Amino acid sequence: MALIVGGLGTSHVPAIGGAIARGAQGESYWKPFFDGFDPVHRWLDATKPDVAIIFYNDHGLNFFLDKMPTFAIGVANSYCNADEGWGLPVQRPFRGDPKLSWHLTEALLAEEFDLTTCQEMLVDHAVTVPMSLLWPGVGDRSVAIVPIAVNTVQHPLPSPSRCFKLGKAVGRALDTYPESLNVLVVGSGGLSHQLDGARAGFINKPFDLMCLDKLVDDPEAITRFSVLDLVELAGTQGVEILNWLAMRGALSDRVSKLHCNYHVPISNTASAVLLLG
Amino acid sequence: MAKRNILGTAIFDGEAAQKGYALNKMCFSFNSAENRAAFLKDEDGYCRRFGLDDAQMAAVRRRNVLDLIAAGGNIYYLAKLAGILGLSVQDIGAQQTGMSVEAFKAKLLAEGA
Repeated sequence: MALIVGGLGTSHVPAIGGAIARGAQGESYWKPFFDGFDPVHRWLDATKPDVAIIFYNDHGLNFFLDKMPTFAIGVANSYCNADEGWGLPVQRPFRGDPKLSWHLTEALLAEEFDLTTCQEMLVDHAVTVPMSLLWPGVGDRSVAIVPIAVNTVQHPLPSPSRCFKLGKAVGRALDTYPESLNVLVVGSGGLSHQLDGARAGFINKPFDLMCLDKLVDDPEAITRFSVLDLVELAGTQGVEILNWLAMRGALSDRVSKLHCNYHVPISNTASAVLLLG
Repeated sequence: MAKRNILGTAIFDGEAAQKGYALNKMCFSFNSAENRAAFLKDEDGYCRRFGLDDAQMAAVRRRNVLDLIAAGGNIYYLAKLAGILGLSVQDIGAQQTGMSVEAFKAKLLAEGA
């Protein structure tokens, strides 16, 4: 069986990728954010996951409005990054684990989660930034990835409850995987931020801190919000917490908070990293 | 279904996605460096090629983000247009809120205090 060694939520703002490319991690603006990953690195060195299952949202690199799946899973041997249009260096391809991807697909469809399967899937900053944060430098390509995309672009979006249940189904699917494998589950995005509209720059620290707290012991409290509640409380892009809910769903009911860092702002965003195990 | 009104916030739903399709499709094309160069060479011609309507064309010409959103633009795609124009997310945040860029950045910093 595949063993979930932990779950991690992290922000994925493109500016983080820019800061990494410039080597700006030590600058006073960025240090409080990047320092928040030191304990994560020590933990990853000790736990050595083989695979990262990453719940993320595509921002118009792989998917466009012509075909917009609510949930999509990568089933490829490898995943390329590409030019997103505003200058982030293109990252080297990531290794996939198609055997695990297809096992998840079979198990999820059997539970009536009908995901779009992708044998070719470009992964954008919502995958590359977390991977660069977790395994800095050139990136540790020894860790394979299974990307699972959640639509946060075009409403209606899947509900918080549905995303949490999707995560739970992923957790159950890992229990029945025939191979022995250490898995890290990642939720990418958030926390509160809004790029568009007259309310651009909106950040809600009390709501974020409540979510970081509830994600540990009572994630279902967050699933009681609707998507539009999340838009109102966390901003139009704050809905990316849907990816965190899916991550949390995959973990055991009882988990411990191993590490948390919350820092405002990076770019227009309230940033966070939360490690659960 | 009645739409929920969230102050200063546009929900990019089916209606907006349909209205903004041409504009967003053009912005999606900016993933390619060649297309970005083609846009800069002949903005109006490039917009016409994608079938933008008058309101969308005017909003592009004025670089007005709120108008682009009202014309059905989605921020994830519009960000690619902003990138060509050299506008950061703080620049477009300042523009939409009617603040100076310095004041907008200071507001974000104050949120962390």
